[in-house]
Amino acid sequence: MSETKTNLLEAPFELSYKYKRSSGPVMSKFFEALGDKKILGTKSKAQKVFAPAAEFDPQTRETLTDLTEVGPGGVIESWSWVHQPSDHHLLQIPFAFALIKLDGADTAMLHMISGCQESDLSIGARVTATWSDTPTESITDIKHFTLEL
Amino acid sequence: MSSDQTPKDYRESLIHLEYQYTAGSATTTFLNQVKEGRLVGQACPKCKAVYVPPRGSCPRDGIATTIEVPLTDKGCIESFTVVHIPIPGNPIVPPYVCAMVRLDKANISFLHLIQGVEIEDIRIGMRVQAVWKPKEEWTHSLENIKWFAPIDEPDIDVSTLRFKEA
Ligand SMILES: [Zn+2]
Repeated sequence: MSETKTNLLEAPFELSYKYKRSSGPVMSKFFEALGDKKILGTKSKAQKVFAPAAEFDPQTRETLTDLTEVGPGGVIESWSWVHQPSDHHLLQIPFAFALIKLDGADTAMLHMISGCQESDLSIGARVTATWSDTPTESITDIKHFTLEL
Repeated sequence: MSSDQTPKDYRESLIHLEYQYTAGSATTTFLNQVKEGRLVGQACPKCKAVYVPPRGSCPRDGIATTIEVPLTDKGCIESFTVVHIPIPGNPIVPPYVCAMVRLDKANISFLHLIQGVEIEDIRIGMRVQAVWKPKEEWTHSLENIKWFAPIDEPDIDVSTLRFKEA
């Protein structure tokens, strides 16, 4: 460490821009289905179901186009509690980020769990999707997951 | 949704990033001078290359650039491009010209605008000088210079700008 502390210039910066992206034939259907309160996965020849829908199997490189409905319930595979949400989080009360393996799926999906205490959560606990009333055909059409009663 | 419907091809997304920028000592020193209307580069003690804006070290020798070198606001166009496509949120109306401006005695150039000349007349090697904003608007930014404009001096052969080790 230097002996004399220099006054360095500092400034807040904001980088922001919109862009358009193609979600492709498979993911387009996944997003559109969310608007209808449905979660789609893709099934491989070996009957492995990827949810959220994947365009290819990362292990076999098989192209996946066979869409199949999964959820809306599932089990917690892993989770992390957010004690103090920041402005950037979609939920402004304490919640969990969780990997949720939806019913009928073989892979887990990252989403949020709300409406519970940290102590209510456990790996293997059942959760179900809580839907937004104003769908936009995006992943946020699922507001969050909630523990099943 | 029925399967014969065409999926929407494009969806709009937003990238948004807020961050705190810390200038570091070389840039802080440089911008403090810019606020006073001065352009001060830094030279490498070994190869004598002059860097403006200075980053605090010489990439050629990997040592700190400890020598301060006051520069003028005159230089030449090392390279330029005519921008025809508007950038969302950018107030400058195309077509306009961005150029790499090489200040006299400097060994690197920096990006700035060129104005005060017909675009067709802009050329590599053209002599230019900074056009400053009014003093009361000066901040810690190279935007204190509105743009560079041509001056009535003969062009420079840019091949002479090539770095030669001292
Ligand atoms: Zn050097």
